Amino acid sequence: MSLFSLLGAVEIGLIFSLVALGVYISFRLLRFPDLTVDGSFPLGGAVCAILISTGTNPWLATLAATAAGAVAGLVTGWLNVKLKIMDLLASILMMIALYSINLRVMGGPNVPLINDPTLFTLLQPPGLDDYWARPLILLVVVIAAKLLLDWFFATERGLAIRSTGSNARMARAQGINTGAMVLLGMAVSNALVGLAGALFAQTQGGSDISMGIGTIVIGLAAVIVGESILPSRRIVYATLAVIVGAIVYRFFIAAALNSDFIGLKAQDLNLVTALLVTVALVIPQLKRKLASRKA
Amino acid sequence: MQMNKLPWMSLGALALALTAMAPASAQEKSVAVTAIVEHPALDSVRDGVQTALKAAGFEVGKNLKWQYQSAQGNTGTAAQIARKFIGDKPDAIVAIATPSAQAVVAATKSVPVVFSAVTDPVAAKLVASWEPSKNNVTGVSDMLALDKQMDLVKQVVPNAKRVGMVYNPGEANSVVVVKELEKLLPKLGMTLVEAAAPRSVDVSSAARSLIGKVDVIYTNTDNNVVSAYESLVKVGQDAKIPLVASDTDSVKRGAIAALGINYRDLGEQTGRMVARILKGEKPGDIKPELSTKMELFVNPGAAEKQGVKLSDALVKSAAQVIQ
Repeated sequence: MSLFSLLGAVEIGLIFSLVALGVYISFRLLRFPDLTVDGSFPLGGAVCAILISTGTNPWLATLAATAAGAVAGLVTGWLNVKLKIMDLLASILMMIALYSINLRVMGGPNVPLINDPTLFTLLQPPGLDDYWARPLILLVVVIAAKLLLDWFFATERGLAIRSTGSNARMARAQGINTGAMVLLGMAVSNALVGLAGALFAQTQGGSDISMGIGTIVIGLAAVIVGESILPSRRIVYATLAVIVGAIVYRFFIAAALNSDFIGLKAQDLNLVTALLVTVALVIPQLKRKLASRKA
Repeated sequence: MQMNKLPWMSLGALALALTAMAPASAQEKSVAVTAIVEHPALDSVRDGVQTALKAAGFEVGKNLKWQYQSAQGNTGTAAQIARKFIGDKPDAIVAIATPSAQAVVAATKSVPVVFSAVTDPVAAKLVASWEPSKNNVTGVSDMLALDKQMDLVKQVVPNAKRVGMVYNPGEANSVVVVKELEKLLPKLGMTLVEAAAPRSVDVSSAARSLIGKVDVIYTNTDNNVVSAYESLVKVGQDAKIPLVASDTDSVKRGAIAALGINYRDLGEQTGRMVARILKGEKPGDIKPELSTKMELFVNPGAAEKQGVKLSDALVKSAAQVIQ
């Protein structure tokens, strides 16, 4: 595997680790099966790309994209909490609606950002090649996001969100407004996804309406792979695990892309990725079985 | 936690073993091809590139190292393929369709990139204009000259005033065509009536919404429409609305006529461009090209079912008549 291929996997893995953190908050902490991400990821990309291409500062554009993601999450939460629509359906409705909204936002299916300034061109230190600069900048962003989340979920409000997810009835008995906590959790979750979409658009030459397809699947895979590498219920380890999971998942894709010499072809890519992830999930179980047999 | 470290390390070793690269010989040229998705037209482009390279003296297995990757519809994977290709430092990267081309062009300013089957490379910002780019990018567009397409519509339905179009508003190539037609049709004394089909399953209901509002339905190479063309044919026959397509395969499936690009020829045109780069020309000196070969296919049987009769002159001028 070449250096470019490795750094590319790290770069895209870091971007998707923000998606994975968002998915971790909705699926694991809130226990809210949220498919909104398939729409809020391209929404972040769309808002960011259209703003930058019309001359807005990339910092502001990225911030706006994050806010747009938060609003999308809020609406899904609102559909569920206030209109009493089942959680999964509420998120599906939002995902479908966002497809049209994204087309409206971009004014078409594709907004290129190839020669425009981005966060990455602004922050790229002189003398450092872009293929090093991008993953480094992303690493800083992801670490900052992780630390913020670790802090937030230890505050009273963060703990209230976690208790809403683990036992809503108990949480209400303790005087927690669980509806508001679902809204807040969904907003934080989709804000992260919107941010990821904005960063993706800025590294990949633009935003495309098709870029949301399968985001939730990748996010969930990253969460689960991460949990099997680093099983822990402590938030500090769990967020780390999710980030590692997202990057490892990308390494599997990079490995699958480089497996042509053993007779695998382009069309086998998804199959090889699935097999590698399966092996990754099964090995810890086998290991545990072996360990318990010895004991 | 520690318990799990060992298997993960062995897995890492497996991944590394999988990625060992075959060594390349010195005079061997290398071409890396990527497409956003596998689909008959895009696959034809890829095969055409290989044919043209062989004709130019670059043969896979002899003096050409060829690799092909499909992103299987996922833009994240497309980005990763772009990074992998740049790391492999091929003599040229061929990027088929807009999202793949954007991912590659965003990722390199030095490796030569030849795009193909991109309808509007200027709008996609792959190149600044239709002139030689002076950087590392050139390629072949599959844009159709719409005035010729509308000539065909007039020949099939001489008194057509209202042209219906079914398309996916999420497909960049189709949106370009709609915008151009909105400008072009009024000059020809016609109007455009749009019907959106965001998914393939929506094609039928979109076409039905045009019944009574249009004299003819024209479609571009929209992926949703092409993949569900039979449902359009059903509406055309039931409501006697003539169908004019833009790809010749659709004529075999029940369109009356199409003046289309042969995607294999488009691939060969792309391949000839790649060969020039392999022989030492700079991509920045090569002008982006439009497809040079257009073919007319007609289907008189379909015309009859959809309530029109084709003129003998039109049938005679066709490259192929489907019976």
